[in-house]
Amino acid sequence: MRIFLNDDVHDVEPGTLAAALESLGFSGRKIATAVNGRFVAAAARPSTSLSDGDRVEVVAPMQGG
Amino acid sequence: MSSFYGVDLGSRLLLGTARYPSPAVLERAIKASGAEVVTVSLRREGGGGRAGQSFWSFVQSLGLRVLPNTAGCHSVQEAVTTAHMARELFDTKWIKLEVIGDADTLQPDVFGLVEAARILSQDGFEVFPYTTEDLVVAERLVEAGCRVLMPWGAPIGSARGLNNVYGLRTLRAHFPDIPLVIDAGLGVPSHAAAAMELGYDAVLVNTAVAEAGDPVAMARAFALAVEAGRAAFLAQPLEPRDMAVPSTPVIGKAVLGG
Repeated sequence: MRIFLNDDVHDVEPGTLAAALESLGFSGRKIATAVNGRFVAAAARPSTSLSDGDRVEVVAPMQGG
Repeated sequence: MSSFYGVDLGSRLLLGTARYPSPAVLERAIKASGAEVVTVSLRREGGGGRAGQSFWSFVQSLGLRVLPNTAGCHSVQEAVTTAHMARELFDTKWIKLEVIGDADTLQPDVFGLVEAARILSQDGFEVFPYTTEDLVVAERLVEAGCRVLMPWGAPIGSARGLNNVYGLRTLRAHFPDIPLVIDAGLGVPSHAAAAMELGYDAVLVNTAVAEAGDPVAMARAFALAVEAGRAAFLAQPLEPRDMAVPSTPVIGKAVLGG
């Protein structure tokens, strides 16, 4: 299955957002997520199924004004 | 002491964390400023990236309260989603809400701002809206649930100071009980002092400190200016007059002819 993570194309096994993030190296990281523009809380990632073509946003803390 | 959503702060200077030459300079500048609140943001990070984790560790080590922003958001949905991500990431209900309407001036889209503020306030957020000095927009923001207002002094990063002193003074007079923070556009400490002399509760500064030749010294200068401006406001400054008034009493002056 093909998803877009921060605009980059990735091939992942069909499954959940949590599984996709783990396979892409985000385990244990301080991140927040959205799928197709909608916030997905960390607690909801294991129960959030991804579909082919989904757009996943992964953000982390950074400096800001 | 100033209170934001029930949180009392000793320092009336809020400091941004972006654009510093190095993390070490940022840390020293924060200490020199005496700020108890620093603004932060969130950006994309890939699976191999570690910058976000490193910055998060740094933020935690400061032991300060953080105010996450929605910088760069141009729509209500974008800002609302970003706010939710920030709340989870930084574990705070506070959000500095930015909905940008113009790319050149970074002027807030005040219509989207009010809508996003209402959505977020109803969802339990404590919203710090980055707005203009427009009085009616400010009223709408308060109606939407905002208990702090953050009007701009001038466009972000412009260093122009207080562009509309009349408007800012009007806002202060109209909202005596709402904490008001000048957010954006300050360039030098005298701008901050002027804002505080108007009776504003605090100022938020980033670029003016971060991009100064000596950010640490400038952070301290802003802290002193904020303190001086607040003290001056409390001391009830003299009103400007059109005509001169002699400071030395005239009565009793020697009559020397002529």
